[in-house]
Amino acid sequence: MKFIELKNVNKVYKNGVTALADVSVSISKGEFVFVIGLTASGKSTFIKMLYREERPTKGTVMVGGLNVGKLRNRKVFKLRRKIGIVFQDFKLLPKLTVYENVAFALECVGMKSKDIRPKVMSALERVGLKDKVRSFPGELSGGEQQRVCIARAIVNEPKLLICDEPTGNLDPKTSKEIMTVIDSINKDLGTTIIMATHDKDIVNRMKKRVLLIEHGILAGDYAKGSYKTNEGI
Amino acid sequence: MRKEVIKLMKAFRIFGRSIRDAAKSVIRNFSLSFASIMCTTITLLLVSVAIICAVNINNATKSIEDELSIVVYLNKDITEENIENIKADIESQKNVEEVVFKSKTEWKDEMSEYDDTFSTVLNYLDENPLSDSFIVKVVNVDKLSDTALYIKSINGVDVVKYGEGMVDEVITAFDVVKKVVAVVVIALILVTAFLISNTIKLTIFSRRSAIEIMRLVGASNLTIKIPFIIEGFIIGVIGSIIPICVTIYGYVVLYSLLNGHVFSNMIVLLKPYNFVFYVSGILLILGAIVGMIGSLLAVRKYLKI
Repeated sequence: MKFIELKNVNKVYKNGVTALADVSVSISKGEFVFVIGLTASGKSTFIKMLYREERPTKGTVMVGGLNVGKLRNRKVFKLRRKIGIVFQDFKLLPKLTVYENVAFALECVGMKSKDIRPKVMSALERVGLKDKVRSFPGELSGGEQQRVCIARAIVNEPKLLICDEPTGNLDPKTSKEIMTVIDSINKDLGTTIIMATHDKDIVNRMKKRVLLIEHGILAGDYAKGSYKTNEGI
Repeated sequence: MRKEVIKLMKAFRIFGRSIRDAAKSVIRNFSLSFASIMCTTITLLLVSVAIICAVNINNATKSIEDELSIVVYLNKDITEENIENIKADIESQKNVEEVVFKSKTEWKDEMSEYDDTFSTVLNYLDENPLSDSFIVKVVNVDKLSDTALYIKSINGVDVVKYGEGMVDEVITAFDVVKKVVAVVVIALILVTAFLISNTIKLTIFSRRSAIEIMRLVGASNLTIKIPFIIEGFIIGVIGSIIPICVTIYGYVVLYSLLNGHVFSNMIVLLKPYNFVFYVSGILLILGAIVGMIGSLLAVRKYLKI
């Protein structure tokens, strides 16, 4: 069975807007997939469906063997512990230090303090922020904040890393650095990565599998390196 | 077995961290915590005053009601045997709690002690002009007049006295007062719960992004709720400190200033010791529970996605 599998997924919001219509796609373990599309194309809904921020109106969403659409509110944490999520707006807790922000993900799970420390340090080392552990998010640049967010997402060693426009707020140079970090996570740890983005340069340069979503429909599924045009972004 | 132990250890760690986080967040969000604490303090003060008034009014009405009794004067020519029969008849009534016989000699002695004039007059007469009597205490004062009427109908009973008219009015008045006080106390407690939970809602509203992030990194709903519930508990307990001090000190001072009674000797205040501690206990528990429930209700709103 595939790691992620969407079958005939429909999503209609309460206000009657159809965000996704009959989307079926499967993604294997260890793949790196870009999800592209214009604003309001249904790309965000697609991503949110994977971490059960939204439920499908029809169809099934399977992630790592869990039927995400059927997951009860109380049980959502079981899915969230298996995946890491990186956001455009970082979503860091401003009153916690870099270390505390990353450790937070492990404390929630009830891990021992002495086990938490090495894991947090190794995650921070991977994103190159080992010397900023005592800083608060407000003291960091955008790129650094995004690295903290990535460290928090991978500290629990998830099988899946979902990135919702992680470079949306960053300049091209910083974006490139962030992409290097994300790519290394995919290559070194074998983490499956699904990344929604607007940035055509990144998509063209990285040469990964690309899912193009237009008006809520899966308009194209391009194999590794076959997507080259600028359409749809 | 081992698995369960590990699970338990995890739960303990999460609980320990929750206490730490709750204490931290009370301090880090001090201005909002302070608002909640003040709100709790003020409403609990009102509750305290209401409870003290209610209990004292209840106590006063009860002690006055306890004093109410029916005095039954028997016919002059009554025989010993008849007295026993009448006593048995009165005792057979459901509403009768106690029947005490008071002979005419006892009346005479009591009245003689009360006033020398009586003593002189009574001694002047050859025969004791007074009647033998029963003093009847009832279970339910609301039915005092019914019971009195029944006793009057018994053969051998001469006169029945129970302070007619006045007693009925007093009882009705007490009933109204008790009901009003009960309504006020309940309303105040509800208002307290509402106010505290609303203020806590404000403090949680400011941290909804933290709740969102907790959910996103895989914290279970319970793990998210516990620190907030503990925080509500801390706020409730801190908020009840001032009302407790005011209650203890204030009531003791008030009691000694008024010498233990209000207006007349009829309305006696409850003795301060133990009573103030009971009220303090109620305030503490009320603050803690309302704080926790308020927090719980407020967090729940942000856990429904």
